[in-house]
Amino acid sequence: MRNIDAEGHVTGRSLYLDDLVVQQGTLFALPCDAPVAHAHLRSVDVSRAEALPGVVRVLTARDIPGENQIGGIVPDEPLLAEDTIHFWGMPVVIVVAISEEIAREARSLLTYEFESLEVITDPRVARAKGHWIVPPRMFEMGDPDGAWAQCTHIFEGRADTNGQEHLYIETQGAYAYPTEHGSLRIASSTQGPTAVQRTIARVLGIPMHRVEVDVTRLGGGFGGKEDQANAWAAIVALASHVLQKPVKMSMHRMDDMRMTGKRHPYSSDFRIGLTADLRILAYEATFHQNAGAAADLSPAVLERTLFHATNSYFVPNVRATAHSCRTHLPPNTAFRGFGGPQGMFVIESAIAQAAASLGVAARTIQERNLLAEGDEFPYGQFAERVNARPAWEQADRQFEFARLERDVETFNASSQTHVRGLAFMPVCFGISFTNTPMNQARALVHIYQDGSVGVSTGAVEMGQGVNTKLARIAATAFSISIDRVKIESTNTTRVANTSPSAASATADLNGIALDMACSALLGRLREKAARLLDTQPDTITLVEERVHTNGVATEWDWKKLVHAAHWDRVNLSENAHYATPVIRFDKRTEKGHPFAYHVYGTAAVLATVDRVRGTYVLDAVHLVHDYGQSLHPNVDRGQVEGGLVQGLGWMTLEEIVFDSTGRLRSNALSTYKVPDVHSAPKVIEIEALITDGHPLAIRRSKAVGEPPLMYGIGAYFAIQNAIRAVRPDAALAFDAPFTPEKVLLTLYRGRVRVGSEGVTG
Amino acid sequence: MVTFLLNDLQVESDAPTGTVALDVIRYANGLPGTKIGCREGDCGACTVLVGEFRDGRLEYRSMTSCLLALASLHGKHVVTVEGLSLPGLSPVQHAMIEAHGTQCGFCTPGFVVSLSGCCLSRQAMTPELAVRAIDGNICRCTGYKSIERAAHTIAVRLKDKDLADPLAWSVAQGFLPDWFLGIADRLRAIPTIAQDAGISATHLGGGTDLYVQRHDGMTRAAISPLADSGELRGIRMEGGQCVIGGAAVVTDLLESPALLKRLPRLESQLLLVSSTPIRNMGTLAGNFVNASPIGDLTALFLALGGVLSLRSPAGNTRELPLDQFYTAYKTLSKSAEEVVRSVRFQLPDAATQIGFEKVSKRTYLDIASVNSAARIEVVDGVIRSARISAGGVAPIPLLLRRTMEALVGRLLEPATVSAALAIAQEEIAPIDDARGSAEYKRLLLHQLLIAHFLTLFPEHFTPEQLA
Repeated sequence: MRNIDAEGHVTGRSLYLDDLVVQQGTLFALPCDAPVAHAHLRSVDVSRAEALPGVVRVLTARDIPGENQIGGIVPDEPLLAEDTIHFWGMPVVIVVAISEEIAREARSLLTYEFESLEVITDPRVARAKGHWIVPPRMFEMGDPDGAWAQCTHIFEGRADTNGQEHLYIETQGAYAYPTEHGSLRIASSTQGPTAVQRTIARVLGIPMHRVEVDVTRLGGGFGGKEDQANAWAAIVALASHVLQKPVKMSMHRMDDMRMTGKRHPYSSDFRIGLTADLRILAYEATFHQNAGAAADLSPAVLERTLFHATNSYFVPNVRATAHSCRTHLPPNTAFRGFGGPQGMFVIESAIAQAAASLGVAARTIQERNLLAEGDEFPYGQFAERVNARPAWEQADRQFEFARLERDVETFNASSQTHVRGLAFMPVCFGISFTNTPMNQARALVHIYQDGSVGVSTGAVEMGQGVNTKLARIAATAFSISIDRVKIESTNTTRVANTSPSAASATADLNGIALDMACSALLGRLREKAARLLDTQPDTITLVEERVHTNGVATEWDWKKLVHAAHWDRVNLSENAHYATPVIRFDKRTEKGHPFAYHVYGTAAVLATVDRVRGTYVLDAVHLVHDYGQSLHPNVDRGQVEGGLVQGLGWMTLEEIVFDSTGRLRSNALSTYKVPDVHSAPKVIEIEALITDGHPLAIRRSKAVGEPPLMYGIGAYFAIQNAIRAVRPDAALAFDAPFTPEKVLLTLYRGRVRVGSEGVTG
Repeated sequence: MVTFLLNDLQVESDAPTGTVALDVIRYANGLPGTKIGCREGDCGACTVLVGEFRDGRLEYRSMTSCLLALASLHGKHVVTVEGLSLPGLSPVQHAMIEAHGTQCGFCTPGFVVSLSGCCLSRQAMTPELAVRAIDGNICRCTGYKSIERAAHTIAVRLKDKDLADPLAWSVAQGFLPDWFLGIADRLRAIPTIAQDAGISATHLGGGTDLYVQRHDGMTRAAISPLADSGELRGIRMEGGQCVIGGAAVVTDLLESPALLKRLPRLESQLLLVSSTPIRNMGTLAGNFVNASPIGDLTALFLALGGVLSLRSPAGNTRELPLDQFYTAYKTLSKSAEEVVRSVRFQLPDAATQIGFEKVSKRTYLDIASVNSAARIEVVDGVIRSARISAGGVAPIPLLLRRTMEALVGRLLEPATVSAALAIAQEEIAPIDDARGSAEYKRLLLHQLLIAHFLTLFPEHFTPEQLA
């Protein structure tokens, strides 16, 4: 089974935003920011920029006909700065010119007058000063105060994770052009076409029906184009609306990196209490989320951190508190895992701390506390069809954990220059938008009179293979060749009020809606066939493009049947609506049943550290993953491999550096490193969990986009375990990513000193 | 007017000669398969193959078109993903699809172009070399394992490649369209032109740093490309010396059997320098002249004892040791008009070992936190001579002169090394930056110096002795 888009990709024929044929007279917009993270803006001198030949207009906040506001959850983010600059990279004005080059030259001619204000980049400082995005949230279960008295062992500590740049290879971009009746059509590289439509309508002060957003495909999103695509689409829409011209923007990489938010850095405190037999009895975590300068999706990300605070473990007494802290970084946003990975890193750190202090293997604590059927999550949902232990045990059976550990010991006994470490990482990830109302989708299916099928849904193809899955759903529903099915662009005029392609839920929501639409159409076709063959509809089946009655092939094939149905005035179009049943969540009590189901898995991560240079390689990741009954094993395997490597990158070499003035120092691909072909693990071995899947997953095939990223967390602890094998006394810090710098300093801090008496080596 | 072949079409462009090939390809010629990812040679989404005559033979190398000036395309063949597309799928494209090596697809054309370069190279293909061909291509979706599987399949398909005429073989095997067979003749028909844009022009080597540092200025600048000047290329052995043209690219070094024979560790050392497409573009002189305190080749040639030959516009030449070339941060003892004609160094004898160490966040295609090279001659257990360089620990690429003095004439033993390590710390002054803290860089140089001795003299030292 191939990916239906693959041929376009390998021939270069797939069309992305910047590949669209531009209309004559297209102008180019460029957002311009001031070189400061926090300031009162006194004035902007645009005169020299406007005087540059080829510059059409410099737009400011005063040119916005609607509301200068793009905040989705909280209205706290102006599209263009008016009197205050909140982060380095915040757009202040928009240069519109006849070419991108001229716009860039004009940008260099702008001058800003501002009065600098205090810059906060640390979420703990923001909390201390009371700068919250939303009030803190707290999940509690059991007796989070009293349980500590029953604990034999109590450990506490701090765990930090840095942000992560999405580094979609296609940068942000949008292209708008005016249509009739004061309307606009916008091509946007967005995961959320409806959010783009809503934002533009708000900024322009026009109703949503005048804004048509169309998305063909994305060159990667990973959450970075969920809410963060809105600003750039609004900027071209504003320019297009004001100037009544086609206006395009495809961001330069350094602009994109400087101006857009990333995965949230977190700084957290933990306390963990265990019984004598190593059961986790109590757990307390306080999360400081670095939200950046505006809410964006931070409150929702914060919520998911709480949902995943206990990862794959049952803990009877829990208190998890989360603070969304306002700082002067660009507004941080969705990124694959959506706060879940940050929460899981903290409990894994707590377990590592406990294991190191007690002199036991973390694996012992992990295994002993895995979720079991009927266990309650801290948010009130009871675990059902739990695969935590089956995944762990299957991995142990297939990869032989004890053998992996022995191999490490043997290697370490034989090498003076290198040392290995092994870590295990169980994952439990909830599937559904935690904001229950977003769990809805629609599919519009047309069967054309020649038998070809067009499918429109709210799903955006961004590499996750959703088009391939949808095509397969339609093709199998009708039992026709997949070549008869075309997945249309995602368009707000064809499918309205969509949820973004996010939360791993795109294939479930849109796929089930599609299944429903196909089934309704199939019902009508079977009725028509029954009339043609003078039988009952329930005797009719479609098998490989042929109509069968009572299991026997007839002379009627798909094309003939569709043709006949059309001329018999049968409706060959269907619009179906799906809303996930069962789920609910009450934010007042912080209890409910927010997830349709959970995805489970277990990974073993092996790393080798070079003891001389402080570098490391990831030798192998062996994992068992809970796909359910995979609808498309090749697409799903790609999601696991890709998600895993992204998680490994987050834990190892991807290091975002902001200086104290709030300026991004890791602002290009030369200073921000994502995994290359050599830094991916030498071996990635993936086994499918043996399971019959979940009834709320599309055809029992579970969501797969986000959960694998969190296997990558194991890399941090594998490297840490390697260091501990040779330096058991080394300070035990939980501060990801584990860069070669941190490795070397952990191994040898203090080895080199420059003192008054000279240097000691 | 710059004339070149773009796939099977001849293109004549009078755009500013500093315009990058990427924009010429995508916008002036409407070929959107070549993607814009970063515009600084770090992602490979815009990779193209560039064919040109070397020693009379048409040779193709992969390059990132975002750093490739229009000026340097004259008389060459530029191949994009569109030019690799046959009526059906090529075996490379087929392998990528079958291995599920594409997800969002945005980086895919770059991978297809890089892997297709394997067909045209004169090297016998191995899975390792096929993976090396994509070491400059970043994919954010797949995690690479599927692409690796595709690369391995392609390596197997190329097992029987005709190394004497890979182009004809590739056409016969359906890897390339048949119009490739006529390219050499068509290129020969393009008249050469004078490319000197005058005294005020910007001299351009490979462009791999200039276009990153000064992108907007370069695209409007008048360019005098140096890399095509035959006299500036080439690697010659002359009486115990190796002389390398300033416009030689890193790949030229990697593909010089004579050089690799005399410097057996050079291949693995040079693989730590950037990526395949950048090694195909970046020149030796460019690495020296950009004066980065952390230049990899600068560090290597400082230790080798490189001596530059500089040529003035009037044609006068003078020699200057590389270790006298840097006077302060990004400041050279060279006039703006002088061009680095070549670098020469004494070839090492059997008693001399050459080491190169580099640590960066990412092992490949990354700028070092600290790098260091060493050239150490040992006779009868005594260090006869030593040259050790260090990058990233001072405003200029450093030769650790006092450290070297502390080694020469001493026994090759742990006490000698320990004493030298202490002195090295007095010679350096690293700062905190995105590549690491000063504390780290001090420690890292210390460790890299240890690594030199462990690597070059494994029979003399154990890690414990130097710990």
